[in-house]
Amino acid sequence: MITLGDYLIVSGILFAIGFAGVMLRRNLIIILMSLELMLNAANLSLVAFSRFRVDSSGLPNYNVQVFVFFIITVAAAEVAVGLAIFVALYRARQTTDVKNISSLKF
Amino acid sequence: MSPFLFWVFALLTLIFGAAVVINRNPVASALSLVVSFLGLAALFISLNAYFIGIIQVLVYAGAVMVLFLFIIMLLDLRAEEGRQINWLASAGGLVVALILFGQIYSVVRHFTIARKAFPPLPGSTIDDVRNIGAALFGNYNLPFQIVGVLVLVATIGVVLLSTREPR
Repeated sequence: MITLGDYLIVSGILFAIGFAGVMLRRNLIIILMSLELMLNAANLSLVAFSRFRVDSSGLPNYNVQVFVFFIITVAAAEVAVGLAIFVALYRARQTTDVKNISSLKF
Repeated sequence: MSPFLFWVFALLTLIFGAAVVINRNPVASALSLVVSFLGLAALFISLNAYFIGIIQVLVYAGAVMVLFLFIIMLLDLRAEEGRQINWLASAGGLVVALILFGQIYSVVRHFTIARKAFPPLPGSTIDDVRNIGAALFGNYNLPFQIVGVLVLVATIGVVLLSTREPR
């Protein structure tokens, strides 16, 4: 039998993997991918809570699913803006390694 | 959903999620991320969130991943594959991530309602898209319009960022 806790544990492991990616990797694009993993881990636990909290008619809580929809929309916009910034940065510095991008102004 | 299928898709999501971080080649990382998102979409569908699962496949596995692959190939990022690893820094980052997971695990373990199964739904099929649409255009109409403006601003920002300034 699958319980709410199982989904929360899977979500927690996925969040920790994304966090490790942000801590360990030095390539900006991989860091952005790890951020997406963390956002999706949060979405998984939100949807699990939505299915767990049924309302009086027995349906899942759709307010939470609307919230997940907004998170997906904003994350897609964030990826587009982030990648455009990386392209502009690559034109100026020919690198996407965070070790070479340590000054605010150049 | 049967427990067997749940564990198959959960392991798929987690193994390929770890492959995103471990792979040295950015293209392999991006393709692992596609598989991880597909497993996650299956988990959403197992929770009867059909709309969210389909959106996950369309937006993440479709649009966002094409963007990532396009940028990786545009920038030609193969040059940094041969760099050596700083083992001390890697171990430090891994320890911090493990501590974070340990905290999440201890919270979930002491959370008594998390041990209960999911309550049954009234019928075998539910009007998922209709209910989300009613909530989105009824209660959440103003946030929905604001998100539309946000996407417009992001589009204009991306166009401005990616045009070369005249010298």
